[in-house]
Amino acid sequence: MRRRLAPYLLILPGGLWLLIFFVVPMVAMVSVSLQSGSLESGFSQTFSVGTYADMISTYSTQLVRSLVYGAVCTVITIVLAYPMAYWIAFNGGRHKSTYLFLILLPFFVTFVIRTISWQFLLADNGLVLGPLKNLGVLPENFHVLATSTAVIGGLVYNFLPFMVLPIYVALERIDKVLVEAASDLYASKVEVFRRVVLPLSLPGVFAGVILTFVPAAADYVNATILGGSGQVMIGNIIETLYLTNSQYPQAAALSSILLAALLIGIFAYARVLGTKDVMDASAG
Amino acid sequence: MTPPLVEEDARQPTPHRRRTRRVRDERGWALRAYTWIVIAWLSLPILVMVLFGFNDTSGKFNFVWQGWTLRWYRELFDINDLTTALSNSLSIAVIVTVASALMGTLIGYAMGRHNFRGKGMLNVVLFANLAAPEIAMGTGLLSLFLTLGIPRGYWTVVIAHIMFCIVYVAITVQARMASYDRSLEEAAQDLGAGPFTTFRLVTLPILMPGVIAGSLLAFALSIDDFIITEFNAGSTQTFPLWVYGSSRVGTPPQVNVMGTLVFAFGIALVLINTAVLRRQRRKVMVS
Repeated sequence: MRRRLAPYLLILPGGLWLLIFFVVPMVAMVSVSLQSGSLESGFSQTFSVGTYADMISTYSTQLVRSLVYGAVCTVITIVLAYPMAYWIAFNGGRHKSTYLFLILLPFFVTFVIRTISWQFLLADNGLVLGPLKNLGVLPENFHVLATSTAVIGGLVYNFLPFMVLPIYVALERIDKVLVEAASDLYASKVEVFRRVVLPLSLPGVFAGVILTFVPAAADYVNATILGGSGQVMIGNIIETLYLTNSQYPQAAALSSILLAALLIGIFAYARVLGTKDVMDASAG
Repeated sequence: MTPPLVEEDARQPTPHRRRTRRVRDERGWALRAYTWIVIAWLSLPILVMVLFGFNDTSGKFNFVWQGWTLRWYRELFDINDLTTALSNSLSIAVIVTVASALMGTLIGYAMGRHNFRGKGMLNVVLFANLAAPEIAMGTGLLSLFLTLGIPRGYWTVVIAHIMFCIVYVAITVQARMASYDRSLEEAAQDLGAGPFTTFRLVTLPILMPGVIAGSLLAFALSIDDFIITEFNAGSTQTFPLWVYGSSRVGTPPQVNVMGTLVFAFGIALVLINTAVLRRQRRKVMVS
């Protein structure tokens, strides 16, 4: 009997913490979204789902933009990360962990500072554009800040390591004997990659997609610091509604919509591909 | 250089082999250059941060290089609100690390050691916590505090950080449990150790590298967190919140200096941890 109780006692404190401050809040958020009223007149539980329809029609532009930016960012990070992860896994030799450490260096600098550094680098007369303009390479009114390029660039920069790591872990796990066997059987270099290496590394790519797409689509820091009025993402709207306007039901509805959209996607995806690789990548 | 005999040999069974190797080397060169370019790109903002902490700028703005100075290191704590924000961040990170290391280790150990009903459910909760967007966790918690009428401040930030740090510790410890040999526990118990003594003297030392790695991760995540913190901090400032606020009006050089010091401190911790682990491994191999 005691033995059967042991695991429950062990998970009790942490499990309760997660229940109260992670699971219950999701319910609280949905409940707030079904309220009506304002900060002045007070809020009451009316269970009106009309807020949801309102929010979707009012902010459809920003919702779609967030999903598109997230998707574009994810595709770019795959393209950038794969060759790197491949080279480190197969040619990194003794220095594999050193390369990984270098890729993780940005994480030792606060996320907000990293993004501000880009604002600084990309400023209209900053370190990058200033000299190019002086040389006449770029026209005087050329700018990068406040464009979608700047925001997506910032997202790619901030989330690239989340893509490199899981792909690297998957590639590193591949038994090199398989690669040799394939080339001994006269598979060309391209065929070895297409039929052996690539399929075996896909779980890593899938894990990377979750770890990159979700934070990128839900981000608002890059849009605030690097974007302009034309790059407002859904996160910015939620931030303003909650913290500036105190329109809690509207904000909660929007946040629930975003969470539902992403969670349904994630769980459908995990159902097909398993959760283990995402967990492994986060633990490594 | 190659003796003719080998040359002849190579021609017959595996003529493609040498060609493959040459192609691989060529591609290796290009990929190596590419990898270093991306690493340089990743490091560029760090370099800018460190460099402009030494910039002899006069006013509030720190945009143009004016020459070297150590002034901002001397006047590091001259901006009171910024100093308070940094000290909040540090003390929050310490509390969060200790609390999440305790609770997370227990969960990770239980999941690696036992099979129990509800384990699958717990796994789903851990995965959802990892995969859910920060903004949803932040606004969810804010909704709870609003519903219960709890004012936001220092302790609500601590609560929020512990909530997402537990999961990282749990997963790191659980990964360490994969190579855990249960018979060691049984041996200790056969020698008369009770469950607590066994845990303290046998299990915990084996799990320690996982616990330390998880704790370092928790510390780093806590000190860096912006989104969840912003929704639950009320008027309390943390370092990232203050910096975000300052980005609209111009970030003072002290921010660069503090960022640089936090960066150096983090790197030092990781290097020390690696060195200690390496030495321990060597000791184990010798004995």
